[in-house]
Amino acid sequence: MSTVEMTIPRAAVAPPMGVNRLFAAGAPDLASHLARFGPAPLGLTPGQLLGELEASGLDGRGGAGFATWRKLAAARTSAGPTAYSAPVVIANGAEGEPMSAKDEILLRHAPHLVLDGLLLAAAVTGAREVHLYSGPVQLASVRRAIAERSDARGVILHEAPDYFVSGEASAVVSAIETGVAIPRDRRVRLAVSGLGGRPTVVSNVETLAHVALVARFGAAWFRSVGTDDSPGTRLLTVSGDAVDRKVIEATGGLPLAEALGAVGIDTSRLRAVLVGGYHGAWVPASDLWVRLSNRELEPYGTRPGAGILVALGEQHCGLAASVGIARYLAAQSARQCGPCVNGLPAMAEVLARLAAGGGSARLPDEVRRLAAVVTGRGACRHPDGTARFVLSTLEAFESDVRAHLAGYCEVTHP
Amino acid sequence: MTRQSLHIDWTACDGRGLCTELLGPLLVRDEWGYPRAAGYGSDVPIPGSFVADARDAVALCPRLALSLQEVRTPARS
Amino acid sequence: MAEAFWALGRATGVVSLVLFTVTVLLGILTRSGRPALGLPRFAVTLVHRNVSLLATVLVIIHVASLLADPYAQLRLVDVVVPFLGTAKPFWLGLGTFAFDLVLALVVTGLLRQRLGQRAFRFVHWFSYAMWPVAVLHTLGDGSDVGKSWLVLLLVLCVGSVLVSLAWRMSATFIEYQHTRFEEARR
Ligand code: SF4
Ligand code: SF4
Repeated sequence: MSTVEMTIPRAAVAPPMGVNRLFAAGAPDLASHLARFGPAPLGLTPGQLLGELEASGLDGRGGAGFATWRKLAAARTSAGPTAYSAPVVIANGAEGEPMSAKDEILLRHAPHLVLDGLLLAAAVTGAREVHLYSGPVQLASVRRAIAERSDARGVILHEAPDYFVSGEASAVVSAIETGVAIPRDRRVRLAVSGLGGRPTVVSNVETLAHVALVARFGAAWFRSVGTDDSPGTRLLTVSGDAVDRKVIEATGGLPLAEALGAVGIDTSRLRAVLVGGYHGAWVPASDLWVRLSNRELEPYGTRPGAGILVALGEQHCGLAASVGIARYLAAQSARQCGPCVNGLPAMAEVLARLAAGGGSARLPDEVRRLAAVVTGRGACRHPDGTARFVLSTLEAFESDVRAHLAGYCEVTHP
Repeated sequence: MTRQSLHIDWTACDGRGLCTELLGPLLVRDEWGYPRAAGYGSDVPIPGSFVADARDAVALCPRLALSLQEVRTPARS
Repeated sequence: MAEAFWALGRATGVVSLVLFTVTVLLGILTRSGRPALGLPRFAVTLVHRNVSLLATVLVIIHVASLLADPYAQLRLVDVVVPFLGTAKPFWLGLGTFAFDLVLALVVTGLLRQRLGQRAFRFVHWFSYAMWPVAVLHTLGDGSDVGKSWLVLLLVLCVGSVLVSLAWRMSATFIEYQHTRFEEARR
C-alpha cells in the first residue's frame, strides 16, 4: 500500500484528525472549504486515483455498498471514443428513504466536497457530462457553491421528486432522460449503457465526498479510522422516540449501541433497531453490541447501507410498527411491475392480519411464501428490499409473532 | 460456455400467460397471472431443450416483454 | 372476362370483410389473455395473425381484380389515395382508406420486434378505425347490399364485434382481474 501512497503528491494541508472529516470545514462556503482541505489534487492520473480508492476500501453509501473503484473502473472500460459513447457521471443526492437525512445535510454543509468528488470521478472515467440530482433545498446550496468556483459550471442540476424509489439508479437515469423518476428495465448494466446509451455512473453524494478526501489525503489516512471491513467514516441518520433523524459522522464498524448513544438514545429501553432503513432489517435490542459492518450485519440480512438507524422503544409493538412500514412500502411501488404492484400489498395485508392477533397459525408461512414470490421479480429491487424487511420482522419479533397468534400482545397487554 | 437466459421486463409484462403455456413447467403463473420460474427472478436460465420454445415465446409475447440473452457461465471444472 | 373479375372482386370483398371481423374478434380475445375454443393462448394469437394475413391477401385480390375490371373504373391512384375516385368517390375512398390502414397494420405487425411495443401498439389501435371504415365501404359500395344474405352477414359481423367490445370494456375482461390488486400502470 505504501508504494501507491508514495505516488500521491502530498496535500498542502494537514488531513483532518479523528472522525470529523466530511464536515471539518465548518461552513459551506468555498473559502472555508479550501482553508481546511486545500485544493483538489489535479496531478493524479486515473490509474493512481483508482488504485488509491481500491486500497481505501471505500464502498457506495447509497445502500448497495458496491466498491467505488470498481464502479468507476467499469465505466472507464466501457467508454467509447466519441462524445456519444463517453461516460456520464451522476451525483445522486435523492434520498427517497423517509428515515434518511444525511445526503441533505451533507449537500447543505459541504457542497464543495461533493463537487470535488464529482469532478474527480468525471476525470477518472473520462466523462464529458456531469449531473447532480437531489431535492430542491439541497440544489439551492449546490447552486451557491457552483457560483463560487469556476470549474463546476458544467455540472447539470436536476431536481429529484420525493418518493421512495426516486433515488434508485435507473430511476435517476430516467428522471434525467425523460423527467419521470421511475425505475426501468435493465438488460445491460448502467456502467455499460445508461443515460442516452452511454456508460453511466450513478454515485451517492457521500461516496463522492469521500472520493474527494481520499484523493487528497490517501488510502492510508482513510483507513486510519474504522475497521478492516468497514474502513473510514460514514454518515449515519439516527432516529428514535425523541430523536428525529439526527445525522452524525461515525467511524466505520461502530457498535450499534454507541451510535445510538451518540445521539442520546437510551439503549436500555429499546425493543429493536432497524438497520439500513426500510429496505433493511431489524436487529433485536439484545444484540446492540453488533458492529455496523457488512460482516457483522450479514446474519441479520442487512448491511450499513445508507447508514440509517431507527430505534424502536420498548413501549412499541414491533409487529404493529412493521405493518406500518410494510404498508408504506407497498404504497411506494412505482406501479409498473405486476408482482410488485400486487405482491407487496398482499404481503403487507397478511402481516397486518398477523399483527391484529388471533389469526391462523399459517399466517407467518403465508408471509414467507409471498416474500419468496415477489423477490427478484421487479425492474428494481424494491420488492426484494421489502421482502427482506418483512422477513426480518418475523425473525426479530419471533416471540411477538407467537404471542399475537395466541391472541395477546407482549406490549399492549403484557 | 454460453447459455441462453430469458429476461423478463416486468415493466412491460402484463401477465397474459402466453409464455407460461409455451414454457411450462419451467415457467408457471403466480396468483396474479405473471410468469414465475422457481428460484429465479427476472433472468431465467433456459435449458437447451427449451430454447426453441423460448424463441417462440419471445416472438409471441403480446407485450414484447421477453428477450433471450446469451450469458457466459463459468466452465465446469 | 371482365365479368369474372367483377365477380371475383365482389366475392373477395365480402369474404375479406368476414375475415377481418374474425381477426378483430380474435384480437380482442388475444388482448384478454384467455385461451378459447380449445386453443391455448399462444395459438389464439397465432390464429389471429394468420387470419389477418389471409384477409389481407383476399383484400389485395379484391383490389387487383377490380383494377383489372373496366366496369369498376378503378385507377391505380385510387388504390392508395382515398376520395379521388370517379364512381362513388366517397364510398370508394372509404375502401381505399381502410386498405391503407390494413397495410400499415400488417407491416407494423410483422415488424413488431423491430419497431418496439410503443410504435406497434399506437398503429394497432387503428384496427378499431379500420374495421368500421371497411364495413361502411361495404355498405356504401357493395353491389349486393340489397340482398338479404349480405344484410344478415353484416348484422352478424357488426353484432359480434359490438358484443365483444362491450366485454372488452367490462370489468371481467382481464383473466386475472379478480385477484389483482390493481392493474399495473403502463
Ligand atoms: S419493482 Fe416495483 S418499485 Fe420497482 S419498478 Fe417495478 S413496480 Fe416500480
Ligand atoms: S407472454 Fe409476455 S406479457 Fe404474457 S406473461 Fe409472458 S412475458 Fe408477460
